Amino acid sequence: MSENNHPVKKVSIICAKGTIEDVYASLVMGNGAVMEGMEANLFFTFFGLEAVIKKRMDKLHTGVIGNPAMRLPGGMRMPTWLGIIPGMEAMVSSMMKKEMDKLDVPPVSEFIELFVAGGGSLYACKLAADMFKLKKEDLSEHVKDIITVGEFYELAGGEGSQIIFT
Amino acid sequence: MAQKTYAGVTIDVNDEGYFTDPSQWTKEIAAEIAKEEGVELTDKHFEMLEYLRNKQAAGEQLTIRGINKSGIVDVKTFYQMFPGAPLKKSTKIAGIPKPTSCV
Repeated sequence: MSENNHPVKKVSIICAKGTIEDVYASLVMGNGAVMEGMEANLFFTFFGLEAVIKKRMDKLHTGVIGNPAMRLPGGMRMPTWLGIIPGMEAMVSSMMKKEMDKLDVPPVSEFIELFVAGGGSLYACKLAADMFKLKKEDLSEHVKDIITVGEFYELAGGEGSQIIFT
Repeated sequence: MAQKTYAGVTIDVNDEGYFTDPSQWTKEIAAEIAKEEGVELTDKHFEMLEYLRNKQAAGEQLTIRGINKSGIVDVKTFYQMFPGAPLKKSTKIAGIPKPTSCV
């Protein structure tokens, strides 16, 4: 590794979308940060809140419509019209989860537990929680608080800190 | 290739200080690397190092989830045992290559 005079010491990651891949992008970045010994905050807003809603966090789906990168097994591009077949989204989502499990990527709730055990913190966005009529008790017990954007910026500051929007 | 001397033995290491030949490792060597990393080794540490070495020898990916399921310690304790970058530090002390997994 090259010498780095300005190492990243703290990351604050914003997760604003609720598909499997969006949520995992945030979780992998966050967990990777605590594993490197950095301080890490995860801030869930809008549909990203799905990842911390107790009843739904392990039931996330991936979108099959409007995703031009979606491939069928074998590598052929998945035609958009296939996505409208009932059950297609559930099938693709379950395949994604199975493949991730093979790589020892845990389900969302377990991933969050590992992240918190490593010293990471979770926050939910107040505006989005209000909009979706969510209370603290609807959210995972690992969510420290429901905070405003101003409070988010306050806790995101400090030397060597970065804000990442996934 | 770089070399380092631990407990009077010359070890082949890469430029980050990871062993290139895990068979050169001994417990005495581990204790010296640990000192360099600021870690005081207990029996639990050695149990974990043994686990990591066995997994690596079996060609399995080392992941934080795997540690949690190892039955030796939970992840929270693992972070406390090897403060800073736990998986990087523990594999260095265990005399095995740096893990390549992202989880």
